[in-house]
Amino acid sequence: MNTPDVVVCDAKPLRFLQRFYLIEVFKGLAVTLRHFLGNLFARKYTVTVEWPEVKREYSERLRGRHILLTRDDGSPRCVACYMCETACPAECIYIEAEEDPSSTVEWEKRPRVFTIDLLRCVYCGFCVDACPKEAIIMSRTHEMAFVTRGEAIVGLPELLQKGPVAKLDLGYRPYFGAPRSHISLPVPVRSVAPEIAEGSPVGR
Amino acid sequence: MGTREQRLAAIRKSFPDEALVAEVPGGDLQTFRVDRKVLVDLARHLKDDPDLDFKLLLDVCGVDYPERAERFESVYHLSSLTHGHRIRLKVPMPADAPVVPSVYPVWRSADWFEREAFDLMGILFSGHPNLKRILCHPAFQGHALRKDYDPGQRWLLREGEQDEPVWARAVQEDEDHFETQVLNLGPSHPASHGTLRTVVRLDGEVITQAETEIGYLHRCFEKMAESHTWNQVIPYTDRLNYCSSMMNGVGYALAVEKLLGVEAPPRAQSIRIILSELSRVMDHIVDIGANLNDIGAMTPFLYMYEAREELYTVLEACCGSRLTMSYVRVGGVSHDVPADFGEGVRFILKRVPQLVADMERLITENRIFRQRTEGVGKLSSEDAIDWGWTGPCLRACGVPFDVRKSYPYMGYDQLDFKVPIAHGGDTFARYLVRVEEIKQSLRIVEQALEAMPPGPIIISDHNVALPAKEKVYTEMESLIWHFKLVMEGMKVPAGEVYGFTEAANGELGYYIVSDGSGKPYRIKVRPPCFAIFQAYPHMLKGHMIPDAVAILGSLNVIAGELDR
Ligand code: SF4
Ligand code: SF4
Repeated sequence: MNTPDVVVCDAKPLRFLQRFYLIEVFKGLAVTLRHFLGNLFARKYTVTVEWPEVKREYSERLRGRHILLTRDDGSPRCVACYMCETACPAECIYIEAEEDPSSTVEWEKRPRVFTIDLLRCVYCGFCVDACPKEAIIMSRTHEMAFVTRGEAIVGLPELLQKGPVAKLDLGYRPYFGAPRSHISLPVPVRSVAPEIAEGSPVGR
Repeated sequence: MGTREQRLAAIRKSFPDEALVAEVPGGDLQTFRVDRKVLVDLARHLKDDPDLDFKLLLDVCGVDYPERAERFESVYHLSSLTHGHRIRLKVPMPADAPVVPSVYPVWRSADWFEREAFDLMGILFSGHPNLKRILCHPAFQGHALRKDYDPGQRWLLREGEQDEPVWARAVQEDEDHFETQVLNLGPSHPASHGTLRTVVRLDGEVITQAETEIGYLHRCFEKMAESHTWNQVIPYTDRLNYCSSMMNGVGYALAVEKLLGVEAPPRAQSIRIILSELSRVMDHIVDIGANLNDIGAMTPFLYMYEAREELYTVLEACCGSRLTMSYVRVGGVSHDVPADFGEGVRFILKRVPQLVADMERLITENRIFRQRTEGVGKLSSEDAIDWGWTGPCLRACGVPFDVRKSYPYMGYDQLDFKVPIAHGGDTFARYLVRVEEIKQSLRIVEQALEAMPPGPIIISDHNVALPAKEKVYTEMESLIWHFKLVMEGMKVPAGEVYGFTEAANGELGYYIVSDGSGKPYRIKVRPPCFAIFQAYPHMLKGHMIPDAVAILGSLNVIAGELDR
């Protein structure tokens, strides 16, 4: 085997001055003081946020809680094709199909039961990739707390989209053309209105 | 690097009998079928013959073929650091007597790997000094990776059946006739980083004997993989080394691609390299930060976590998740990077060196830190290789072995970077190597970013990769491919492959066996820190408890990967 390019980083013996505590202590204090003052006045790079009053902004690819999109008339876009259920590595989607009575063609399916166990889900987004109808997408909601395990199994009423798509906090979903996500650094935050923060379980 | 013929000739010198050692034609690695009678002799020959010089035993695992006459197979992967060649040994054994001689006397790295094969596959390694379960609880029954084991079974594990080293029960006295103390470090200890348990015997403050128990995070990833399609395994790989989950996915995808005979497009390779190297930086940052925190230096930990937060921002914008990325697919990556990827990465390239420099100012020449770490947990290069070490820990012992240099993949040979080594072999040397590796990784990222080609991010072979969504919505043919791929999974041709990459802790290997169906037949992960951690109890002897904490941190043991 040819010896690869190496860079030897062996320990260098301490120089005479480094053996004294005091000089080194002041040098170290200079570093920490610089960070301290920087954080106190500039806050340019501060990565900690005062949650829950202030929240961190995630990209539009964040894989959070699922949303089942609806058609214009409010019925689910899902045609109960079982693709997401099959693709799911955590086996946490459960679907029961029924015939769609409002359909204009024969044998159109729709889900009678569609549940996702949010505690089993690993948020991999494979269900979104698998769906041929863009019926299941993900939001950026990632703060989910449940009191019982049963509560974490959410069905159609909880999953179906509420309000127009433009108002949803959209996360991971199929996209075409230019990638939609963006990176903003330093770490982006967004302030939450105080009443929302107070209404949240943590604020109470 | 010798040819297959030369290696075969070197083996035939001492083992002329075809019936005992036979070469299996073809394959990704030269493979020998070995009769178990001669296994240990052959092992010694392979290790000591200068033309072969297989000093590094990478992996031992068992495979179960219930339909074969010789049902079990014990598989060994060997590597020579001087010649750079690799071989695989296979030792078949019948179902009624799954016994092979242990190769522990030849390579100490067989210690835990053989215990694992015993635990999960029920292969008995005769002559192993401590053959007991390692990942499963001692009261567990059956062997989970056998094909006839039903994973739906439940075992009730009671108190009083925990693992306890035999020596821990015996009363021992020191020379002043005081009873020596037996102490548990972990499983839940702030410095154990994940749940690991170490039982030590203390004479005064000095550790005289130690034994580790692992497996608290065992979830039998390998068994789960056997019941999922090839692409569904990717989210599981994220949970191996969760500090740098990107690299596990890359390693897995490369291994499957090797078996499929496909290669991801250049842009995907480039994205994989950049994100892998950023993950490596992150992994080293976590390790150094946590190690420093354990031995009392809180400040650098916080500075390094600032860098990590920014790295996570970039990774999350690409992958959609901070920790469990699930970004890699067989044949490429799932999406293209965001439009402002370059700016984000350039910000990191500027910011991380500043934070690393601040940490170095505080630590590298700090007298207290150096007294705590120099000479602590020292291992010679021979011992390190014997234990199967790879990665930064091996390089800190002075061995310049890096898979990215020795067996370049994904175009690492096009990039200019150096392999950092140190000769101390101690905790301080491991720190120095990791700091230098962060700098080298950032260099790689910089070059890869400059050279990032445009183009597709996943191959267009519809037997492997999902077609683009807009086609699925509009074209019948794409919809059919999409449907077939989702419902049946991709078909990987029958065969076996050992794919290996340089992960943050060392060589991450995937030994994959396919039977041509839509699901893996067997996946064996060779986690780098499994080999590293088995040396830990031996390294502790003669050290004190605070040193044990310092050593543990410097080895970067990640329980998700250790226990699988
Ligand atoms: S995100 Fe993954 S685990 Fe969760 S429901 Fe979708 S496919 Fe299943
Ligand atoms: S893949 Fe889409 S359309 Fe099919 S069952 Fe799932 S959500 Fe419904």
